Amino acid sequence: MLSRAAWSLMLRKGGRGRREMHSPEAPARGEGKMPPYANWYAQRSYPMPEEPFCTELSAEQQALKEKEKGSWTQLSHAEKVACRCQGGYHQTFAEMNRRSNEWKTVMGCVFFFCGFTALLIWWQRVYVYPPKPITLTDEWKAQQLQRMLDMKVNPVHGLASHWDYEKKEWKK
Amino acid sequence: MASEVLAKPQMRGLLARRLRIHMVGAFLVSLGVAALYKFAVAEPRKKAYADFYKNYSPEKDFEEMKKAGIFRSIK
Repeated sequence: MLSRAAWSLMLRKGGRGRREMHSPEAPARGEGKMPPYANWYAQRSYPMPEEPFCTELSAEQQALKEKEKGSWTQLSHAEKVACRCQGGYHQTFAEMNRRSNEWKTVMGCVFFFCGFTALLIWWQRVYVYPPKPITLTDEWKAQQLQRMLDMKVNPVHGLASHWDYEKKEWKK
Repeated sequence: MASEVLAKPQMRGLLARRLRIHMVGAFLVSLGVAALYKFAVAEPRKKAYADFYKNYSPEKDFEEMKKAGIFRSIK
């Protein structure tokens, strides 16, 4: 009952964001889609987003746009980087493709859960497994090995080739 | 921009040159691997079998196995 009221309230708040979807703006919108699901988000595998990141340009950006119509060698590096907003892009390629430290988190979590699983398997080995069958006890395995040597199993390259039959021990 | 003129790079025949190099290389590598296998694996194995059977006596082998008691029909 209480959770249903909370859910309908959340839905009504989300409705406001849906109306603004057709006119994307620069960030400082708490509601609406966040990257990477926003329509202006680009990544290396999807470099042409559906909508431009900023559509209204401020005065200095208009001036920069005029300057862009001339020779590009006259733009300073900072101005060239600022041009990305006129193209409607959120970030330059260098910014978009920057590395991150996410792999450390991923590997850490992978190892953590592997360790946790190892603990579970250890518990299972101690408390769940039945006793070993008779054929896996040491006495039985010793008798089995003796019988294999008597039969001269694989005498050219294999087991019996490593056993010294005169001295009754493994060859060095 | 550079003031001196760069040398004109190779424009044609790139694939043909690559194929020629790799054809020769592949031939040599396969021959090499085959020769390596023959002399490192096949010849020693043949020699081991030949040495084993040079002085092998099936009767003696049988007597040893019988003495060890592995047969069920012969004591």
